Amino acid sequence: MNSHAMSANNTSGLPQVSDRLAYNAMRHWKERLIEALLLAAAAVSVLTTLGIVYVLVSESVSFFAHVGIVDFLTDTQWTPLFDDAHFGIMVLISGTLVSSGVALLVAIPMGTIIAIYLSEFADSRVREAAKPILELLGGIPTIVFGYFALLVVTPILQVILPSLPGFSLLSAGLVMGIMIVPYIASLSEDAMRAVPMSMREGAYAMGSTKLYTAIHVVVPAAISGLAASYILGISRAVGETMILAVAAGMQPNLTWNPMEPAATITSYIVQVALGDLPHGSIGYQTIFAAGLTLLLITLLFNILGQWLRAKYREAY
Amino acid sequence: MQIHDTPQLKAEARNLNFYYGEAKALKNINMPIYDKKVTALIGPSGCGKSTYLRSFNRMHDLYPGNRYEGEIRFFPDNTNLLSPDVDPIEVRMRIGMVFQKPNPFPKTIYENVAYGLRVRGETNKRALDDKVEQALRGGAIWDEVKDRLHELATNLSGGQQQRLCIARALATDPELLLFDEPTSALDPIATGAIEELVHELKKRVTILIVTHNMQQAARVSDYTAYMYLGEMIEFGKTDQIFIKPSDKRTEDYITGRMG
Amino acid sequence: MKPLTTEQIRRVIARGKFKDNLFKAIGVFCLALALVVIVALIADMVIKGSDRFTLDFFLNFASRRATQAGILSAWVGSLLVMLVTALAAVPLGVAAGLYLEEYAKRNWLTNVIEINITNLAAVPSIVYGLLALGIFVYQFGFGQSILSAGLTLALLILPIIIVSTREAIRAIPAMIREGSMAVGATRWQTCRYHILPYSMPGILTGVIIGLARAIGETAPIITIGALTFIAFLPPVPFTETGTGTAGLFDWVMSPFTVMPIQIFNWTSRPDPAFEVNAAAAGFVLMAMVLSMNAVAIYLRYKMRKNIKW
Repeated sequence: MNSHAMSANNTSGLPQVSDRLAYNAMRHWKERLIEALLLAAAAVSVLTTLGIVYVLVSESVSFFAHVGIVDFLTDTQWTPLFDDAHFGIMVLISGTLVSSGVALLVAIPMGTIIAIYLSEFADSRVREAAKPILELLGGIPTIVFGYFALLVVTPILQVILPSLPGFSLLSAGLVMGIMIVPYIASLSEDAMRAVPMSMREGAYAMGSTKLYTAIHVVVPAAISGLAASYILGISRAVGETMILAVAAGMQPNLTWNPMEPAATITSYIVQVALGDLPHGSIGYQTIFAAGLTLLLITLLFNILGQWLRAKYREAY
Repeated sequence: MQIHDTPQLKAEARNLNFYYGEAKALKNINMPIYDKKVTALIGPSGCGKSTYLRSFNRMHDLYPGNRYEGEIRFFPDNTNLLSPDVDPIEVRMRIGMVFQKPNPFPKTIYENVAYGLRVRGETNKRALDDKVEQALRGGAIWDEVKDRLHELATNLSGGQQQRLCIARALATDPELLLFDEPTSALDPIATGAIEELVHELKKRVTILIVTHNMQQAARVSDYTAYMYLGEMIEFGKTDQIFIKPSDKRTEDYITGRMG
Repeated sequence: MKPLTTEQIRRVIARGKFKDNLFKAIGVFCLALALVVIVALIADMVIKGSDRFTLDFFLNFASRRATQAGILSAWVGSLLVMLVTALAAVPLGVAAGLYLEEYAKRNWLTNVIEINITNLAAVPSIVYGLLALGIFVYQFGFGQSILSAGLTLALLILPIIIVSTREAIRAIPAMIREGSMAVGATRWQTCRYHILPYSMPGILTGVIIGLARAIGETAPIITIGALTFIAFLPPVPFTETGTGTAGLFDWVMSPFTVMPIQIFNWTSRPDPAFEVNAAAAGFVLMAMVLSMNAVAIYLRYKMRKNIKW
C-alpha cells in the first residue's frame, strides 16, 4: 500500500517492484497466448479427423437415403452410373482384398526376411548400406510404381503367364508388395533390435545357431512389433490407389482371381474423380460411401492390430 | 600357490589374455578348474571376472573386435576351447551358462527347458517330457511349476525365473556350468535357494561362479580365485583364501579395506 | 535320451550352419531384389525416355502430339503446390510438435491428440482427397485450385512433420531446458532460443521427407479434381492477364496440374508414343523425390555423427 510512496522516493534507477510485476504480467500473457497458439496447431490434427468423419458420413447419409444398406453390402454388381444402377460394394471390396492379398504375400515374407537378416545376421556395414536403399525404395512415388507395374512388370509376367491380360490385380499386387517391403522391413527390424541382447546370449549359450535364435527367441520376443508392422502393411495395401488405377484396370469385377483386371475401392474413386460428376449427384455421393467403407476397413485392421499388440505385449 | 590334495582337472587356463579391441582385459591368467567342484571368482567390479567367465563358452565371439590369446584346455579330451578350429557352438553345447539377470525366453516354461534339447535336434515327445521334468527337479523348481508347464515363463517371479534358467542349462547335461553373478538381481530368500541348489549341483557338474559377494563365495565354493585389474592375484582352497590369504591385495579386499 | 556323442553334435551343428547360410543367401537375395527394382525402374525410364530429355520437354505445355508435349505446367504446378504445402504444414507441424513435447500436460486432451496423430498416419491418402473435396473445394469454395491441393497435401504430411519434430526435441537432454529455465527464461524463450535451434536439423529432415512424400502424391489431388490437361501457367503476380493485372496471390486460386498427374495421364493413354513421355516425366519426378530423400538421409547421417551432448 505504500508502494507509491516508495516509488516516489526511488532514486536508484532500478525498476520498481510494481513495474517489474507489470512486465512479468505482460510476459505471462504473452506466454499464455503462445501456448494457446501452439495448442491450436496441435488441434488441427483432431480437426482433420473430425473433418474426415464429417465429410464421409454426411455424404454417405445422403447416399444411403437412396440405396439400402443391405443392397449395398449384398448386391453383386457395381454400376452406379448406368440407368439400371447397382451399388454392390462387394465388387470393389473383392478387388481391394485380392490385390492386397497378393501384395502381402510378397511384402510380409520379404520384409520379415530382410528384417531378420539385417537385425541378426548382417554386420553393421551391410546394415548401414541397406537401410538407405530401403528408404529410397519406400520413397518412390506410387504413380511411378504404377507405371512400372503396367509397362515393365506386366509384360514380363505375360512371358511366364501368357494368359495374363494387360491389366491385372496380380501385376499391381506384386508391385504393391515391393512397395510395402521397406515399411515392414524397417519397422520389424526396429522391433527385433529392441529385443535385449541378454535374450540372445541366453540362446547362444545353449548352443543355438543364428537362425534358430532368430526364429525361436528373437521373433517371438518381438512379435507385437512385427504384428504392428504387418498391420501397417495391410493399411498401405488397402489404401493404395495409383498402382491399381494404372495397372489393374478400372472396370468393376466381382472376382477372387488375381489374374483378372478389377476395380478396387480406391481406383473407383479415382475413376469418378477423373470424370465430371456434378456436386450432390448420386454418383458424387458414391465415392464418399466408398471412402467410408475404405476407412472402416483400415480402422478394422488397426483395431485388430491394437488388440494383437495388447495380447502379445513384450515381456522381456 | 599351494594346493595339497589335487582332484582331477576339468579345465585349465594357460597364459590367457583377452582384448576388447585394443583394451587388454585379461592379463596372462593361469588357473585350474577342478572336476565336480565349485570355483568362485571374486574381485572388485571391472576386475575382469565376468570377462574371464565368458571366455569359457566363447560368448565374446558374438561381438566384433574381441580377441583371445593363450589357451583354455578342457578335459578329459584336452581340447583348447579358444582355438579358432574349435566351433564355439560345440563349446556352448558342452558348457552351460546362467546369467546375471534371469533371461527366460518369451516361451512357455516347458519350451524354455526343452530349448537346448530342441537345438540338439531332439523331437521325441516322451524323451523331451522326461528330460524337462528331470531338469526342473534338478533346478529345484519342479514342485512350483509342474501344474503350469505351459504358461509363459516370463510370468514367474525373479527367483523362479533364475532357477528355471538353471534348469534350462541343466537339461542338456553340461560338463561345466558357468554362473555369472546369478543372485545379484534376487532377494535374500531367492538367493538362499540358488546357493543351496549350487551346493546340490556340484555332485553332478563342475561349477564356475562369478560373485561380488564374498560371503556367498565362502558359503558355496571349494576353490576361490581373486582377480584384480584383469590379473589373477591368488587362487586356492576357499578356506585358505578367506582365512589366510598369502597376497596383501587379497587380504585387503577380503577384509573390506578396498573394493 | 543319452547324451549325444561328439559326432552327433557336430552333425547337428553342421545342419544348423547350413540353414544359417541358406537363410543368409535368401536374405541377401531379398535385399538385392529391392535394389534391382530401384535400378530396373530408373534404367527403364532413362532408356525409354531418353528421347525426351531436351530443354523443350521442360518448356513445353502438354500436347496431343506426344513428341511436342512437355511438362512445363506440371513442374511449375508441383513447385507451387509444394510452396503452399510447406507454408501451411511446416509452421503447423512444428508448433504442434513443440506443444506436445514442451507444453502439453498429461491429460485427456493430450491423449486424444496423440492417438489421433498416430491414427491419421494410417489413413489412406485418397481419404484426404475426399476430405478436401468436401471441405476445401465445396465448403470453403477454394475450387480445384493450387490452394486446395497445397492444403490437402499439408494435412497429409502433418503427422510426418509432427512426429519428426517430437523426436528431434526429445533428443535434447533435459539439462539444456533446466539450464535455460534456471537463468529465468520463460518456457517460450527456452523454446525460441534453445529447443528450436537445436532440433532444427531433425525437423528439417522430417520436413524434407514429408515434402518428398507430398510431391509424389497423386490420388488426393486427382480426387479434388485437378485437371489433367493444362496449357497455361498460373498468373505471375503484377503481370497483365486478359482480365487485368494479376494480384500477388491470384496464382493460388488458379487451376493446375502436377507431375504425378501428368505421368498418370500419359501412362493411361493407349498410344505407346506417350509411354516415352511418361518414362521421361517419371524419371524427372523420381529425380526430384530421390534427391530430396537423399538430402534427408544425408542430413540425418551427419546429425548422428556430429551431435554429442
